[in-house]
Amino acid sequence: TNTYHLSFHVQAEMLDFLLFGALISAVDPVAVLAVFEEVHVNETLFIIVFGESLVNDAVTVVLYKVYISFVEVGAENVQTADYFKGVASFLIVSIGGTMVGLIFAVILGFITRFTKKVRIIEPLLVFLMVYLAYLTAELFSLSAILSMTFCGIGANKYVEANISQKSRTTVKYTMKTLASIAETIIFIFLGISAVDKSKWAWDTGLVSCTLVFIFIFRAVGVVGQTWVLNRFRLVPLEKIDQVVMSYGGLRGAVAFALVVLLDGEQVKAKDYFVATTIVVVFFTVMFQGLTIKPLVKWLKVPRATNRKPTINEEIHERAFDHILTAVEDIAGLQGYHHWRDKWEQFDKNYLSKLLLRKSVYRKSELWEAYQKINIRDAISVIDQGGNVLTSARLSLPSMASRASFPEVTNVTNYLRENGSGVCLDLQVIDNIPGAKVEEDMETHHVLAGNLYKPRRRYQSHYSRHFMPLGEQERQDREVFQRNMRSRMETFKSTRYKRHKKERSLKKVRRIKLQVTSPPTSSCDSLSLCSDPVVVPVETEDKAEHSDPEKDEDVGITFIARKAETPKQRPKSGCQIPLLPPPPPAPPSPPPASSSPTSEDSHLPWKGSLGSPPPCVSLEATKIIPVDLQQAWNQSISSLESISSPPAPAEPVHPRVSALSRLGGPRPASYTPPGSAAGSTFSIGPQVSQGSFLFPDKKKEEEEEEEDVEGEWLRRCSRSCLP
Amino acid sequence: MGSSSSSRNKIPNAQELMDQTGFSSAHLLRLYDRFECLDRDNRGYLSPDDFEAVGGLAMNPIGGRIIDAFFSSGQDTVDFSSFVRILAHFRPTDRNRNKEGTQQELPNSRTRKLKFAFQLYDLDRDGKISREELLQVLRAMLGLQVTEEQLQSIAERAIQEADLDKDDAISFDEFKKSLEKVDIDTKMSIGFLK
Repeated sequence: TNTYHLSFHVQAEMLDFLLFGALISAVDPVAVLAVFEEVHVNETLFIIVFGESLVNDAVTVVLYKVYISFVEVGAENVQTADYFKGVASFLIVSIGGTMVGLIFAVILGFITRFTKKVRIIEPLLVFLMVYLAYLTAELFSLSAILSMTFCGIGANKYVEANISQKSRTTVKYTMKTLASIAETIIFIFLGISAVDKSKWAWDTGLVSCTLVFIFIFRAVGVVGQTWVLNRFRLVPLEKIDQVVMSYGGLRGAVAFALVVLLDGEQVKAKDYFVATTIVVVFFTVMFQGLTIKPLVKWLKVPRATNRKPTINEEIHERAFDHILTAVEDIAGLQGYHHWRDKWEQFDKNYLSKLLLRKSVYRKSELWEAYQKINIRDAISVIDQGGNVLTSARLSLPSMASRASFPEVTNVTNYLRENGSGVCLDLQVIDNIPGAKVEEDMETHHVLAGNLYKPRRRYQSHYSRHFMPLGEQERQDREVFQRNMRSRMETFKSTRYKRHKKERSLKKVRRIKLQVTSPPTSSCDSLSLCSDPVVVPVETEDKAEHSDPEKDEDVGITFIARKAETPKQRPKSGCQIPLLPPPPPAPPSPPPASSSPTSEDSHLPWKGSLGSPPPCVSLEATKIIPVDLQQAWNQSISSLESISSPPAPAEPVHPRVSALSRLGGPRPASYTPPGSAAGSTFSIGPQVSQGSFLFPDKKKEEEEEEEDVEGEWLRRCSRSCLP
Repeated sequence: MGSSSSSRNKIPNAQELMDQTGFSSAHLLRLYDRFECLDRDNRGYLSPDDFEAVGGLAMNPIGGRIIDAFFSSGQDTVDFSSFVRILAHFRPTDRNRNKEGTQQELPNSRTRKLKFAFQLYDLDRDGKISREELLQVLRAMLGLQVTEEQLQSIAERAIQEADLDKDDAISFDEFKKSLEKVDIDTKMSIGFLK
């Protein structure tokens, strides 16, 4: 009759079914990996399922061997001692396999410590050692999969740090390829066997029962064990997790291989088992594998987060670890953090010293994380069309970090791994548009618009009859301003001691900030004196100097004009006629536009431009070291050689004459004279009196500072005279 | 059971503490035992050197700060209720509770945990982590392998990332925002204190 159909066709005993059960319930790592890599569930879930599939190899193999031996012996001959032997053998197999793996991990880590000169064999070493771990375990009938797994787990940290980036890439992609090939071959073999009728025998009852039962009992097992685990877990496993865990138990090639290896003589029902296994494997892999993705989406399983790591998270997470360890210590709990900390101490003091290369050992993890984040940023800037070096937020790496850079993270590989559109191979012509298009354009526009272009590009615009007042003018003006400013800084700094330099810095800053933008007249052609704008600059710090003199209009006043032609060099091109000496300066605090003081000079850089970016000069000052005296001396002397003493076309202003007098005896030395040079100039009302004062020491210092600028400007103006 | 209720009587304000912190009586008892163990001279309160006697804190880069966190400003003794209150910050968050008002008052809410961590950085209690304070923490955590320059650039970058109102310091809200993707409930909880 049909109900006993099973027992007629399939002649199997209790032990045979136990055997079959052992091999069919094993979750297969290959299948799980293949499917879960598509699905991208959160890491906890992935590790639970994948870890289970890896570790259950020990169980499967042991049970299989035990039952095979029982079957060979015969059910009636099994004694209780054999059960204990079974349990003991399980322990030996699993722990032994793990130990073998760990031993090889240590060996591998140690060897890679010395492979600096022979980088090319690093991937080979990695493969060989791991394979050796596998073979050794097989040799001793221990669990080979466990051995390989733990070899990988143990050696990961040290090998990854020791071998070069290229080797890392090689190992990763070679393994992926090999794994892919192996999977494919196995499933091809499975498929072929399915078609080959001689190898199997069909029994509907067995097949259907098996399918139903494996599903049900797996779910039962998962739920039961999760309930137990949740008592100890910090983050409990939710129902959703349990569903995925039970649904994700895919059977695969291991089960098939084991069933095919059965001895047909010993196990009479082998063919039925083979058929059932084939069906089960097909069903789980195809049906469950295909539907797990929609299931995961439908259940809203938390997916793997792919967030951009920020340095803040790194820092604070580390801090939290320390905090928790300390709190555990205080509360007297030997918790997770306590043990983890102990392990890390042990690792740092012994293992890492043994297995890590010296240069790697000294590196700091946080610094590495920071470097990676920096690189990521740089890549994204480039992807958006910017230029890393002019990007204001990034600062140039110092020499120390540059030294460590190429060893650790090779930019090319990093780029490739991150799918960036940036390609460092110059011969590749590839236009991969950036991800965020609008932001791209914005950034690109901003950068492109503000980067200075070199002069020679503009040659083509030069026309003899028409002098367009455009970009180049502005650029030239700005550049000239900055150059002059930076020279001024150095001039100041070389003249005086360092602490004074800081005060002058503040001044300069204020000078710039007070430059108001004169009305930009829209004249297209050069015109002399089109729109002279008086821009007085106060050179004293109201907070610092309490000298009443300073409150008056004692600033250096510049009158700015439209600038010169693009072709001419700034020096010769600027026309700075001296205005006729103005009336004596009224001692009133100057607002933005006040009457000009004694000394007016036309200076092109105070021209029709808004306040130049204040940051530039500051940076420039920082870059140019104080001891630029030599260079400065040379440039000054060259300036002077070019210039000629001012032709006294107009009534010789006392200051001008003094200037020429000054020009003589000062060839090359700019040590603070203390008396002679700087102090001869006192700006403002005093000058109009035509007297040269020798002020006191205190005033002298202050005046010297403010005077530097004036003096320098006069020098420049002098040199610029035709 | 007689013994537990009598030992519960040892603890002053036991019920109040349990309500405020959410600890069960078993936990409270265990913490009390620990407190007595730390309090070697049996004074009824702890002082900094009691804390320093705890092994392992000396190896902890921010051990000193954590010890200071136990002492509220100005005092140099910790009694049992403050001890428990501080430790209550590290209880795992009860996910089943509804997230309304009650949650906020408990010491182990996310905000309170973050506040505790924030106060470890912000030594001068001005409500902001300045660059200097951040540098100090980094210096403590990173040790001698990293040069001063590297520390500066890390601190610079951290402030740039987190500082939204551009005041060159990280306020508590900015701190919270920079860690919004981190699962604080897990990271700042000790399983035993459930």
